[in-house]
Amino acid sequence: MTEVTRHIKTSLETAFVRIWVQGELSNFKQHTSGHLYFSLKDEGAQLSGVMWRSRVPSLGFVPEDGMKVVVHGSLTVYPPRGSYQIDAEQMQPLGVGEQQLAFERLKKKLADEGLFDVDRKKSIPPYPERIGIVTSETGAAFHDIVSVIRRRNPGVELLLFPVRVQGEGAAEEIAAAITDSNRFGNIDVLIVGRGGGSAEDLWAFNEEIVARAIAASKIPVISAVGHEVDFSIADFAADLRAPTPSAAAELAVRDRTEILEEIANLCYTMRSAVTARWEAASSNLNRMITSYSFNRPRDAVREYSQHIDELERRAGLAVLHQTKLLRQRQIAVMQHLEALNPTGVLQRGYTIIRKNGKIIKSAKQLHRDDAADIQFHDGIVVTRVEREQQ
Amino acid sequence: MTAKKNSKDSLEHSLERLEEIVGALEQGSVSLDESMNLYEEGIRISKECGERLKAAELRIKKLTKNIDGQFELSEDIEAS
Repeated sequence: MTEVTRHIKTSLETAFVRIWVQGELSNFKQHTSGHLYFSLKDEGAQLSGVMWRSRVPSLGFVPEDGMKVVVHGSLTVYPPRGSYQIDAEQMQPLGVGEQQLAFERLKKKLADEGLFDVDRKKSIPPYPERIGIVTSETGAAFHDIVSVIRRRNPGVELLLFPVRVQGEGAAEEIAAAITDSNRFGNIDVLIVGRGGGSAEDLWAFNEEIVARAIAASKIPVISAVGHEVDFSIADFAADLRAPTPSAAAELAVRDRTEILEEIANLCYTMRSAVTARWEAASSNLNRMITSYSFNRPRDAVREYSQHIDELERRAGLAVLHQTKLLRQRQIAVMQHLEALNPTGVLQRGYTIIRKNGKIIKSAKQLHRDDAADIQFHDGIVVTRVEREQQ
Repeated sequence: MTAKKNSKDSLEHSLERLEEIVGALEQGSVSLDESMNLYEEGIRISKECGERLKAAELRIKKLTKNIDGQFELSEDIEAS
């Protein structure tokens, strides 16, 4: 039995966590311990409930039997009595409670549809130039946004879409303005919101039509529904949630001195990069100019030219020598020729004998009565052979 | 409608370009001539951005719909 009850306890307590139930109060009792005990009932069912003393101060009203209330809490099982009950964290009289219930229902519905999914969120452009603002023209939100942006970065343009932010028809106006801003105005980012107020005042931002318009917006939306703590449905649907309109303005534009500093930093980095680059290149160049291999060709040219000079010198010498040799040979030949000059021989007493113009070198060539010319150095004598060789 | 984003003259585009230039120069992946050109471009961009940021006056306009459902853009208005 204990086992079964334990199972029931586990399954009930994990299945019904932080639920909202609505019913009529009965058997309401405040125990001397300070805890509240009650039953909730509607036409078909009854549920026991307890609210521990620590939560009672947040109640804000005095419950009475017969009141219609909305209770927020989790189911717990009390094994010794085999009973279950709701452990109430909050209890609200129906008017307010209903609204809360509607809020939770809508939130769940839209969440289930994926309207709040993180991967749907658009990033906010870092340097918007035109910012659309959907809020009341006369409200504090607009004033706050303008003064923050004027201080941080006046280099942008603000485009106000004036709407009523509370009361009948406010949600429709807000939604229409969001849609309009997507059709007109070349807007980079949209701030949708209002300054703080009561839950009632902020209600337009919990309406489905506003959430859907925000989710459908192609322009990134920053929600700024002026309540630090509570989230509105619009906050969930927005691409970025700002706790207040001023905060939204700060999220939308970067401080211009920051941007200027960043630019200065970029310039500095750029300058050092370029300087480093040129210094490296110039030292590289220097190293190359003075390097051995770079100077090789010049040295080689010098060597060649020296070699050529050398060759020239040697060639000159060679030519000179050759000339000398030739000269000597010429002289020798001349002398030789001189020696052979027949005229010289004739002067020394030799003669040349010719027969019919041909030089006679042998006695056998001459016969009796042959005519022969004898040439002396000073003339020719014609003779006739008397007797030939025997 | 948001096509002007990243248009040549947007601040965002200019700063992106400047970062790109700085990146290229830091990497040293460009030629010396190119690095000089990039540097000059970078300085020009940073000056333009600086001037634009400093010179600006906040402009506020109001967009309303007239009875025909046409948009009407007001002249600059003063914030309340």
